Amino acid sequence: MTDQTPSDTAPEALPTRPPRRLGRRGTVQLVMLALLLALPVAADLLGHPYYVTLASRLTLIAMAAVGLNLALGYGGMVSFGHAAYFGLGGYVAGIGAYHAFDATAFMGMLPGSDNLLVLWPLAMLACGLLALLIGAVSLRTSGVYFIMITLAFAQMVYYFANSWPTYGGQDGLPIYLRNTLPGLDTQDPLTFFLICFAGLVLSMALTSRLMGSRFGAALSMARLNDTRLATAGINPYPVRLVSFVISAMITGLAGALYADLNGFVSPSMLSWHMSGELMVIVILGGVGRLYGPLAGAVLYISMETLLGGLTEYWQLFLGLVLLGVVLFARHGVMGWLAGRESHG
Amino acid sequence: MAEAMLALEGLHKRFGALAATDDVSLTLRPGEIHALIGPNGAGKSTLIAQIAGSLRPDAGRILLGGEEITGLSVAARARRGLGRSFQVSSLAEPLPVIRNVMIGVQAMAGHSFRFWKPAERDPRLIEPAMAALARMGLASRAWTPVAELSHGERRALEVACALAMKPRALLLDEPMAGLGPEGSARLTELLESLKREVPILLIEHDMQAVFRLAERISVLVAGRIIAHGDGDTIRRDPRVRDAYLGE
Repeated sequence: MTDQTPSDTAPEALPTRPPRRLGRRGTVQLVMLALLLALPVAADLLGHPYYVTLASRLTLIAMAAVGLNLALGYGGMVSFGHAAYFGLGGYVAGIGAYHAFDATAFMGMLPGSDNLLVLWPLAMLACGLLALLIGAVSLRTSGVYFIMITLAFAQMVYYFANSWPTYGGQDGLPIYLRNTLPGLDTQDPLTFFLICFAGLVLSMALTSRLMGSRFGAALSMARLNDTRLATAGINPYPVRLVSFVISAMITGLAGALYADLNGFVSPSMLSWHMSGELMVIVILGGVGRLYGPLAGAVLYISMETLLGGLTEYWQLFLGLVLLGVVLFARHGVMGWLAGRESHG
Repeated sequence: MAEAMLALEGLHKRFGALAATDDVSLTLRPGEIHALIGPNGAGKSTLIAQIAGSLRPDAGRILLGGEEITGLSVAARARRGLGRSFQVSSLAEPLPVIRNVMIGVQAMAGHSFRFWKPAERDPRLIEPAMAALARMGLASRAWTPVAELSHGERRALEVACALAMKPRALLLDEPMAGLGPEGSARLTELLESLKREVPILLIEHDMQAVFRLAERISVLVAGRIIAHGDGDTIRRDPRVRDAYLGE
């Protein structure tokens, strides 16, 4: 029988919400996080920095997908242009470092900075503003039109970066020294991994909290039945727009970290391949599931690393796995590992 | 006579050569059920869409509690107190029943841009939602996913969703559709007890229910209201018999 706490028991002893338990899903999630944290630490102790960097890459791709998942999974907005935010975040980190290195100023006004405490909020701000602009227009449409218009906007940003010679154009922009965080050595692979890990965990915690709030209730309803939402008295458009902006800010922060990880930012971070990669990861992992992006990123990066070493056509196998997931495991890897989620 | 809670004044809507709504005026007074009947294709759906706000009339005004709402969005009308149910249930299937109701409570409280505090167990949302569910006999189903409800329970849930918003006027679009005699009788009883709290504009095909419930009946044929009056007047009206009841 269900335990009934006084606060949510109605006077007539009406059925209350079943209490939460850790269960299979909670266990799977805990194990995933613990492994993601433990393996790089072990690799570092054993003197394999390559694997630490690989784990950082995986973590950041997962974080970018966490951002996309908020729009695509929880909000039902199939954005095919999230590379725009991933890349813009990267360029903010790159341009900041470039001007800090040269002691020049961005467009002759803003001095450069290599302080991540400055660059991160700036990257999120820039991505938020770009998403506000793109979202405000794109969210007037839906379905295939929404997919295409978000793609079109992202391609505009891509070609813009390609043709702006100041910041490397199509050659990209190197970051000679990783941007700094006061009190931490960001050059150290394990330290940088831990920063990325913290970013991923925070973005997942934010998503979870957001989706449990009143705003999350409205966003879920906007995805499931926007007529019901409007009839209840909530206009779906601003709800979607705000979540689209938050989604872009998370992906943008991941992009800023990604540029620092690679010491390099180029238009390829903005390309539609990148958008597609993020979508594939969200779908592989489980659309609208908190741990879906992480599970998807693990699968994606594993295949890329293991199969990519054998053949350059490894994406053929990725395609087969994606096909399998879409046809036979609609709830993605997380659905398969942890069972169906009670929706919310 | 009390002032009308909902009033339509000279509504017109054309689709090309078709006058889907042709100079429709009607009122809904506090405490009454006003039924709108008419054969298929009479323009009932078009009229409902204009009242609810998903379609703009070409001319005319809509007033709620004396205040013009003609230009407002669906959501803005709902916030001003217009509740509605749909002919075909429009609910979030995977969610528990109560979440469908809570969203209306939340909207009326006006706090949908709160990003942090958990909402799912907030008694300020749950208690009013529970009350609305209890009213429609659905309290025991509160945490069941909508997808598992019977057709009759869905019809009742539609009304509960509207009730939770504490509406000033209710627009019910064929709430009895597909219910069968027993379910229909039960819902009729529930609506009877409701009308003192909130006036209902009832669009319904079930004539037995209409004649039992409605103080006034308007008959819509080809976009026009051809007859208006109490049950007896409508039953005796030869034009209505021709157009509708005589079928």
